[in-house]
Amino acid sequence: MTTPSETPRPGAEPAKETFAAAGADVDVVGISPVREEGMLADEPLASPFDAATVAEAQALAARYPQSRSALLPMLHLVQSVQGYVSQEGIAFCGEQLGLSEAEVSAVATFYTMYKRKPCGEHLVSVCTNTLCAALGGDAIYKRLGEHLGEDGKPLGHEQTAGTPGEQGSITIEHAECLAACDLGPVLQVNYEYYDNQTPDSAVELVDALRRGEKPAPTRGAPLSDFKAVERQLAGFFPEDEEAYRIDVDGPSQAVETLRGAQLAADRGWTAPAMADDAPLPEVEAK
Amino acid sequence: MTADPITPVLTKRWLSPQSWRLSTYEDLEGYSALRKALKGSPEQLVQLVKDSGLRGRGGAGFPAGVKWSFMPPNEDKPHYLVINADEGEPGTCKDIPLMMADPHSLIEGCVIAAYAMRSHHCFIYVRGEALHPIRRLNAAVREAQAAGYLGADILGSGFDLELTVHAGAGAYICGEETALLDSLEGRRGQPRLKPPFPAAAGLYAAPTTVNNVETIASVPYIVNGGADWFRQMGREKSPGPKIFSISGHVERPGQYEAPLGTTLRELLELCGGMKDGIPLKFWTPGGSSTPLFTAEHLDVPLDFEGAAEAGSMLGTTAVQIFNETVSVPWAVMKWTQFYEHESCGKCTPCREGTYWLAQILERMVDGHGTEEDIDTLLDVCDNIFGRSFCALGDGAVSPITSGIKYFRDEFLALCESNKRELVGAQA
Repeated sequence: MTTPSETPRPGAEPAKETFAAAGADVDVVGISPVREEGMLADEPLASPFDAATVAEAQALAARYPQSRSALLPMLHLVQSVQGYVSQEGIAFCGEQLGLSEAEVSAVATFYTMYKRKPCGEHLVSVCTNTLCAALGGDAIYKRLGEHLGEDGKPLGHEQTAGTPGEQGSITIEHAECLAACDLGPVLQVNYEYYDNQTPDSAVELVDALRRGEKPAPTRGAPLSDFKAVERQLAGFFPEDEEAYRIDVDGPSQAVETLRGAQLAADRGWTAPAMADDAPLPEVEAK
Repeated sequence: MTADPITPVLTKRWLSPQSWRLSTYEDLEGYSALRKALKGSPEQLVQLVKDSGLRGRGGAGFPAGVKWSFMPPNEDKPHYLVINADEGEPGTCKDIPLMMADPHSLIEGCVIAAYAMRSHHCFIYVRGEALHPIRRLNAAVREAQAAGYLGADILGSGFDLELTVHAGAGAYICGEETALLDSLEGRRGQPRLKPPFPAAAGLYAAPTTVNNVETIASVPYIVNGGADWFRQMGREKSPGPKIFSISGHVERPGQYEAPLGTTLRELLELCGGMKDGIPLKFWTPGGSSTPLFTAEHLDVPLDFEGAAEAGSMLGTTAVQIFNETVSVPWAVMKWTQFYEHESCGKCTPCREGTYWLAQILERMVDGHGTEEDIDTLLDVCDNIFGRSFCALGDGAVSPITSGIKYFRDEFLALCESNKRELVGAQA
């Protein structure tokens, strides 16, 4: 058993000796067993972003009353250039918005849509939340992992089949509820919906993607690639009006979505009729 | 007077070809409510929404008009209107089809609500994974601007409104209104301590109202039809129509817009009953954060009071239906894994609690559970419920406590083979 020799008194104690008294500073680099070229440097990373991206980043910052609000869209913009959020991308956002890299990293690592490793041409997200899972979502995810794996090792969450950046490469992930429960089990490719899937249809889909084909989604725009949709999530849409309309007008009217409205139309059910001119209520003027 | 079983209001244009276009919307009374609203005063609109009894459609059911009236009458600081379109509650799939099918109804609602709250900048925070709705909204904003429904001096009224569509990046917690505001400010989406409430200090510490998509999209119809018309649907304290999203083991899952107070028995009739006739086992009235119901609850009126009186919550009216083939402990485990993943990490009960709950449930489902695990689960739940920073923690324990309440036998059955053998008890 030990007894306390002296109870420390609260408050700061002035040091009796300063570090200066210990002598001159030691040249830590000089005595380090690691060679200088192997040490971490503070030099800024070379920016892979061109002047056009800088202009777009500034346009994003100008959209908001306070520029920091542009951080989420800007991280999407970074992903649209590089296919993931790299350390250079973090530094870029920090520089554009006057934030430290630590502040940007804190945000980038919080949100699941920001990928910290290079993504494939396509991102395949399988809903494995309870309802989809009960309807077959778990089986779809398992089957895709096995199908895309190599040497008997299934492909895991956020792993890529093929080489990122090359055509036909696919990153897979299990996703939380994708808000299409009436159409479950669902999956998304680059956030376009593929509804009412089965393990077989999902395997067929990824095989087509691997071959470089782009099967049309059930709901959404014609399939492009992960980088292109990240650009739209950043808030930049096709300049060409026709291309833009084709994307916007991509299908959405699934049978399931319309079921209630259709049943009402078939049975002649409606909401109560509105009066011709219902006045706004009278209130005392303030 | 009783309303029809289905009352298409929000969904009435969904069958029209290219329902998302401005031309379709204008052909079907679109923007007529805005013209009427701009002739009235902001106070009249707040009173109208109060009179209608419209309650928040995002889950909490707070009276929308009352929320609006919290906004200060002066404009010392800019006022903001923020639309919560971060639909992510498991089972919920109403706002995403609405924004795809009829984005202009949301935009018209935004302009009216912003006018009523003296706001000149509105943000629609859309879940990032909802790419197609984001496209449709952006296209609709562009159309509305060109037609003079947005921007400066809207329809010659002198009222200005800028509308920004903002994509999130994948975080369930951002559906919590103060976490959403932090996220919109470019930060990690973590909830804020209330008070101050957003109406006092919200976005950029300025007066802010956060409303759900379905709530705001209901406003143009209330302006056109009046409070009495709206109250012809639903029940006294929960008036109006509501989009019920029916998913799971039924014959015809889908979106059914019915008056509040409709029962599951009635909804099942609309959607063709249980799939292949396999009996109902359990269901959620409004997403996974609302305590489970069973076949005993077929006649519970699904409105804010009815669901609460029966021990659950109306939530988002995301009706997920599971038949007898589904294991309750497994379903509860899957939901718990979701909450563990989505806990933002800010407060200890939720961050640590969901982490342990998920591990215990995983072990039980894996066949290594003991009876004590059930008590431990309930004990951990008790330490999360009401002790977490925001409603995510409360939601996380809902499936567990209700699952054990109604299906304790199933949890016990998982432990049967792991009973400790007492020495001498075999004889």
